[in-house]
Formats: sequence, C-alpha cells, structure tokens
Amino acid sequence: MIFLFFMLSAIMVISALFVVFSKSPINNVIFLIICFIAMAGHYILLNAQFLAVVHIIVYTGAIMVLFLFVIMLLNLNKAIIPQKSKLTRIMAVITGGIFFLVLLAATRQTFEIHARYPFTSEIGLVSNVGKTLFHEFLLPFELSSVLFLSAMVGAVMFGKKDHPNDDD
Amino acid sequence: MNQITSAIQIIPLEYYIVLSVTLFSIGVMGVLFRRNIIAILMCLELMFNSVNLLLTAFSAYHSDPAGQVFVFFIMIVAAAEVAVGLSIVVMMKRNVESVDINLLNRLKW
Repeated sequence: MIFLFFMLSAIMVISALFVVFSKSPINNVIFLIICFIAMAGHYILLNAQFLAVVHIIVYTGAIMVLFLFVIMLLNLNKAIIPQKSKLTRIMAVITGGIFFLVLLAATRQTFEIHARYPFTSEIGLVSNVGKTLFHEFLLPFELSSVLFLSAMVGAVMFGKKDHPNDDD
Repeated sequence: MNQITSAIQIIPLEYYIVLSVTLFSIGVMGVLFRRNIIAILMCLELMFNSVNLLLTAFSAYHSDPAGQVFVFFIMIVAAAEVAVGLSIVVMMKRNVESVDINLLNRLKW
C-alpha cells in the first residue's frame, strides 16, 4: 500500500516537473493529464471515491479538453514564444526551491492532530458526501450555480468580437 | 475493499503534506518560469489540485465529509475560472496576436 503511494507520488511529481519544463503546450497538457490521473489514484487511496470520479470527469474530461481545444483553435503547438532570460529562469527555480523549504519547515512545526470523529472508511461514498452537501452546504451549492452563470456570461462577453465602430 | 480502507491508517498524514507542498512549489515555480499564458494557467491548476489533495487527506484522516464537499466546491470554482481564463487567452490572441505575457505589461507601471 505504501508502495502504491510512493509510485503515484513519483508519477505526479515527475509529470508536474514535465509540465513546467516541457516547451510544447500539447506536451504540457498531456503531462498534466497524467498528473491528474495519478491524483485520482490518490483520492481512491484516501477512500474518496466520489471525488476520484468527479476529478476524472471534471478535470481530465472537461478542463483539459478545454485547454487542448484552445491550443488547437489558436494553433499554438509550435513553441514560438522565447523563454525568459536565463537569469530569470534560474531565479524562478531558486525561488520555487526556497518556497518549498519554507513550507516544509513550517509544516514540521505543526503539532499532532487528533481526529474529530471515530474512523469510518465510508465518508467518501456518494451517499455520505451527498448528505453533507445537501444538508449543511445547500446554500453554497445553490450559489455556485449563480457563479457558473456569471462565468458563462463573462466568457461569452470576452469571447465576443468587439466591433471598432460601436461606441456604446 | 478492506485492503483499500486500511491504506490511510498505514500512510502517515505527513507524507500527504509533503507531497502537496512539493506540488504547490512546482506550480509556483512554473508560474515564475514560463512566458506562455496557457502554461501559466496549467501551473495554476496544479496548485489548485495540490490544495485539493491536502483537503481530501485531512478530511479522510478526520473522517469528516465536509472537507470533501469543500474540494467539490473548489472544483466548481476552478471550472469557472478556467472558462473565463481561456476566453481571456482567446481575446488576447485575437488582439495582440500572441500568448506571451510580456506583451501585456501595461498594468505593471
């Protein structure tokens, strides 16, 4: 079991590094999809079956396809954009490393956490998550529909061609 | 099923914290490293997902489904954010003929 954890983690970290360092946007999307599928495996390890399914459907099924769609629509596959200067790139890697060390050192200092509820392995099943979602979190769930509506209106407004003659 | 349910009692919570911190740092590094705005959006997704993984881990270790509902809401927000962000990318490509973020530096000064 711990071997499975380390294997999934290694896949995730290596493909995440490829997302950063690979030049072609199509390759970035492919490696991000690999990373997300490994993350769905982590969700299954954590007994969050509903989240694993939703993660596969929403992220790798919808969001990544949206990325691929935009890349193909805008014909961005050629890596024509020059990279940042070498100094900036080195500084970016150093900053990321220092950020990692600081966060790691901060989490080393945490005290031990005791579980609030006795251990059950069934909290990630659809019935339990659904009960919590529709009892305690009903209002945020309904409000998220308003968020989606405004996001849709915003996306359509941004995507619309603006005519230079219209001044209204 | 029994084998899977016992997994989180074997793996310490610290491992998940270290994994999430690693992924989040890779995302931060990618945002600083790249000039392509689509790659930057992808690194943003990476950071979102590291936070999601940590929330799920804490939720599983506490046996509290509220954390997983929160991850669900984060996924909703991420989907909306990606839709708006990619439409901004399309608009940028249409107006300045490039997806290079160094061309959009008017707000810097």
